[in-house]
Amino acid sequence: MSAENAKVTGTSRVKRGMAEMLKGGVIMDVVTDTQAKIAEDAGAVAVMALERVPADIRATGGVARMSSPDMIEKIISSVSIPVMAKARIGHFVEAQILQEIGVDYIDESEVLTPADYENHIDKWQFTVPFVCGSTNLGEALRRINEGAAMIRSKGEAGTGDVSNATTHMRKIGAEIRRLVSMRDDELYVAAKELQAPYELVKEIAETGKLPVVLFTAGGIATPADAAMMMQLGADGVFVGSGIFNHAPGQPATDQESAARAKAIVQATTAYSNPAKLAEVSRGLGQAMVGINVSDIPVAHRLAERGW
Amino acid sequence: MVLQIGVLALQGDFREHINTLNSFQDVEAREVRTEGDLQGLDGLVIPGGESTAISKLATMFGIDTAIRNSIRAGMPVLGTCAGMIMLADDILDPKSGQTSFGGLDISVRRNAFGRQVDSFECDIQEHGFSSERLHATFIRAPWVEKVGDKVQVLATIPTDSDQKRAVAVQQGNVIATSFHPEISGEMQVHSYFLNVIRQARST
Repeated sequence: MSAENAKVTGTSRVKRGMAEMLKGGVIMDVVTDTQAKIAEDAGAVAVMALERVPADIRATGGVARMSSPDMIEKIISSVSIPVMAKARIGHFVEAQILQEIGVDYIDESEVLTPADYENHIDKWQFTVPFVCGSTNLGEALRRINEGAAMIRSKGEAGTGDVSNATTHMRKIGAEIRRLVSMRDDELYVAAKELQAPYELVKEIAETGKLPVVLFTAGGIATPADAAMMMQLGADGVFVGSGIFNHAPGQPATDQESAARAKAIVQATTAYSNPAKLAEVSRGLGQAMVGINVSDIPVAHRLAERGW
Repeated sequence: MVLQIGVLALQGDFREHINTLNSFQDVEAREVRTEGDLQGLDGLVIPGGESTAISKLATMFGIDTAIRNSIRAGMPVLGTCAGMIMLADDILDPKSGQTSFGGLDISVRRNAFGRQVDSFECDIQEHGFSSERLHATFIRAPWVEKVGDKVQVLATIPTDSDQKRAVAVQQGNVIATSFHPEISGEMQVHSYFLNVIRQARST
């Protein structure tokens, strides 16, 4: 940088730094501007603009794609907090469109139908940062190597069943702890086994953490779920279907949604304070009915998408 | 004498501030979430994050009045990005229900530089923190649009329209920056803040 004050956009630091600012917060799926405002008023740090929440995508079936730019723009203009939107795995043109309309973060998401069964998007080509899902450390490092600036554990979206989120958070944590305990000369094989670049594996062995922020997603429906993920080491949580719906096609009232949203926000901050967690868990009414992950055939599980 | 510094830990990058502060030898930094956590502090940091979320959580956790009173009583405070918004007496176009702690007689504009694709890094050669070059990281950053008589501007940068905008200000013991020294290993702002605290203690 020669000239004084020369501004550089799209650096790893501003992409990863943006996710740092979301830490300790809740990112909520919204399908209308009214829901976006409810989320913002409840203290959400960002909203994910999409046409159908994962539970509805699951219920209606068909190909799930990027949301319409009109719908996303309407949400962008209705709130001051960051707006995220989803592109299909590998669909770099959907990502180009999302960057063009000014979304603050792109989620290259297994919740949508993949557009490429071999390659993910080359995320280094973009100024806008990306978040990607992972079920284990190797997958997380492959995404970071492709330019992801934030990782979320996948869980199983649209179920209200937190068990897969738990599995993925524990797995990522355990694999990081294993690397930290290894001798330097064992890290080469570890990289091979994780199918991840050696440089990233070595960095994690030294620092004991991912080089980007790690959120949890997929099946979080209650304040207790959010707090449990935080205690397992998440930097924050995504809540999808759990706030605005009781069941697919059965929306909660605005009042119920606002109360649940606010409770999950407070639980994410006070995650280690059981007295506060008990307090915010009261008076919320019925949580999402949900589906047990074990009742979903493996081929229909979203977490299996991504490679 | 060890300085006890609290970092408001409701939401945002409070750990980065704690790590930066703890790298100074005579500092013990800790998280602040409740009114009780404010006891015995020599200074307070309001971190980066989402200012609407921090504002709402401060009310929900019942710590907003206590912080407001501490600032009014002269407690040294540093705010970065969202922290600057929380320390501004006036927020231009605030979203419904967003309130600030106040302490700085400034009008601040949220997301003034644009959306995330417009977030940037740059060097600032001349500024009030030291005589060395400062590296600044701006993420969906605010700028200061108006300053009161008692406010000193510590740094400015040119905007796209080539107008200079204030991005670091001080009023007495209260300091705020639009940028994030805590995520780039930039120590000058924290070092300056610690000097303000030492001076406040000796008078």
